[in-house]
Amino acid sequence: MISQGIASSLTVEISFWVISISTILSAIAVVQIKDLFRASLFLILTFLGVAGLFILLGAEFLAGIQLMIYVGAISVLIIFAILMTREIEISNQSHYMRILVSMVALGFMLLAISLITSTDWNLIDSRSFPQNQTDEIIATVQNSIPTLSKMLLTEYVLAFEMVGVLLLAAVLGALALVREKK
Amino acid sequence: MNSFITTDELLLIAPEISMVILATLVIILDLVIKNKSILNFVASFGLLVPIALSFNLLDGTSQFAFAGALRVDYFGVFFKIITLFATLITILISEKYSKKFDDYQGEYYALILISASGMMLLASSVEFITIYIALELSALPLAALITFIRIRSSAESGIKFMVLSALSSAILLYGMVLVYGFTGTTYIEDLSQIINRSLINSELTFGGGALLLGVILITCGFAFKISSAPFHMWAPDVYEGAPTPITAFLSVASKAAGFAVILRIVYSSFSNEQIGMDWSVLIATLSAISMTLGNLIAIQQTNIKRLFAYSTIAQAGYIMVGLAALSSLDGGQDNAGPAGILFYLFGYLLTNFAAFTVITLVSINTNSDSISSYSGLLKRSRLLTLIMTISMISLIGLPPSVGFMAKIYIFGSAMDTGLQWLAIFGVLNSVVSAFYYLKIVKIMLIDENENSEKIQLTTNMSLAGLSCVFGIVILGIFPGSIIEVAHRAVESII
Repeated sequence: MISQGIASSLTVEISFWVISISTILSAIAVVQIKDLFRASLFLILTFLGVAGLFILLGAEFLAGIQLMIYVGAISVLIIFAILMTREIEISNQSHYMRILVSMVALGFMLLAISLITSTDWNLIDSRSFPQNQTDEIIATVQNSIPTLSKMLLTEYVLAFEMVGVLLLAAVLGALALVREKK
Repeated sequence: MNSFITTDELLLIAPEISMVILATLVIILDLVIKNKSILNFVASFGLLVPIALSFNLLDGTSQFAFAGALRVDYFGVFFKIITLFATLITILISEKYSKKFDDYQGEYYALILISASGMMLLASSVEFITIYIALELSALPLAALITFIRIRSSAESGIKFMVLSALSSAILLYGMVLVYGFTGTTYIEDLSQIINRSLINSELTFGGGALLLGVILITCGFAFKISSAPFHMWAPDVYEGAPTPITAFLSVASKAAGFAVILRIVYSSFSNEQIGMDWSVLIATLSAISMTLGNLIAIQQTNIKRLFAYSTIAQAGYIMVGLAALSSLDGGQDNAGPAGILFYLFGYLLTNFAAFTVITLVSINTNSDSISSYSGLLKRSRLLTLIMTISMISLIGLPPSVGFMAKIYIFGSAMDTGLQWLAIFGVLNSVVSAFYYLKIVKIMLIDENENSEKIQLTTNMSLAGLSCVFGIVILGIFPGSIIEVAHRAVESII
């Protein structure tokens, strides 16, 4: 509908398939590769792929956050944790539930795909919107950051404040857990 | 909607704000005060402020706040009061136990208070994003609290809780995304209208498979929280490794908050009569599996905390009977099912905390959680034996206890709505459960123990234990007032 102008172009189409296939392949590599260090590198690739998908969807802010927090901070944390842990060779072992788990995952994936593709998503008819509202939506999608920041401090201010308390709890919990043994 | 925070809105979340302020106060006091035993006193007495503020909100009106993200009504406030009582008793029974944490008692109490404030917000959230963040606010401090004792089993259960709550959040979010994608709204009150409109347009159940999948995933996400089968696997390990007062808090407050959201979602968004039957069958099956599994495995346990973990899974099964007895079914018009859940949870709060007062004291005294350490408890402390026995009677559901009244009420609602098989199942399960609950009573009263040293009770502990026992017996004889409150609470969301 709104992003039709962008989505129909061939470059976007090609980059969508390239990004999503590489994201899925690297996600599979994360759980299949035995070496934990290599697996974490593939995890970074997965995060990058997700950031790419966000950009294609027109959510630049989310893509930026994804790059900063996941690709930047979390991957560094994971690599540090791996470097500080001994005996990394024996991790990511195969176990007897492997086949069962992959069957369940595959089954759920097929079920989700079939249900999502069979559903008629056009519940809200876009033609029924008044013109000024459509304009507003297009403006929001094209320039999402101001709208987002405004919503965080108006409609979602409670959730925003709750996240603040959550951070306090995280700091308190971390402090208490790293205390020295007496 | 251009709404900024108004004073009225702040008054509506005053209980939660005062909880967070109390938590901060406890940490600051922890910094300046050398005598840490004051912290327990401050945290427990300070809780009287949010309790008073919550009772103040019990005026029967339903008000929206924060652009419709919160709905402060009788129902929400009822659950807030349950959570607050649970928090109060948890803090009271932590008095001796928290000495283990030396200089970190302040953090311990603050994390309990913050987690409780998350559960209180959860009880009145009516919007998906707020629900999710309130859920995380209640779960993340719990993960730290479970890991609080620095021993291997505690760390193991902390990690298990963390990973599984992340998994359940992921399932929940996937479900919420599908529902949002289909309806275009995150407000659960608007969902029902949109779904009803789509039912007219479409032949499919729920108007589309994706919405059905979304609703099922949301239910699964919350089934983790209430530890019902088949999402119960985390409970025994986590309950065993966690500090004992936290185990009690998990088994009551966390479960109550989960039920609050499930009831709200079932009754305010997916209460359509066409869907009603499907819901009921799904929940009734889960309920039957949950109680049978919990009771059968509980029989074999030798560790009291693991036994209570399986007992709590079975109790979740009984409570879900009330959920299956939907008001939209024939014979369910008097809301006996949902009101029964509220009454049962209140009774369960009293019963479980009475038992955990004893479990905490015995585990401090004997340094063991095995059931055999309860042998000869009668000689060591008559009061503790009395509290434990009454609590067991209530958990089985024998008169004159609140457990009996709650079971009658919940199974009665199942009979009325045509779920006779489920009610019979529940009664049979109660008989099975009598075996392991009475085994504990037998061990306490009859078995001999060479250690006959008396167990000393502190004022706080006996206050917590005795008030719970008092409540169990009084509500077992005169349940009317709480049942009336439960009915009013349910009417405020239907």
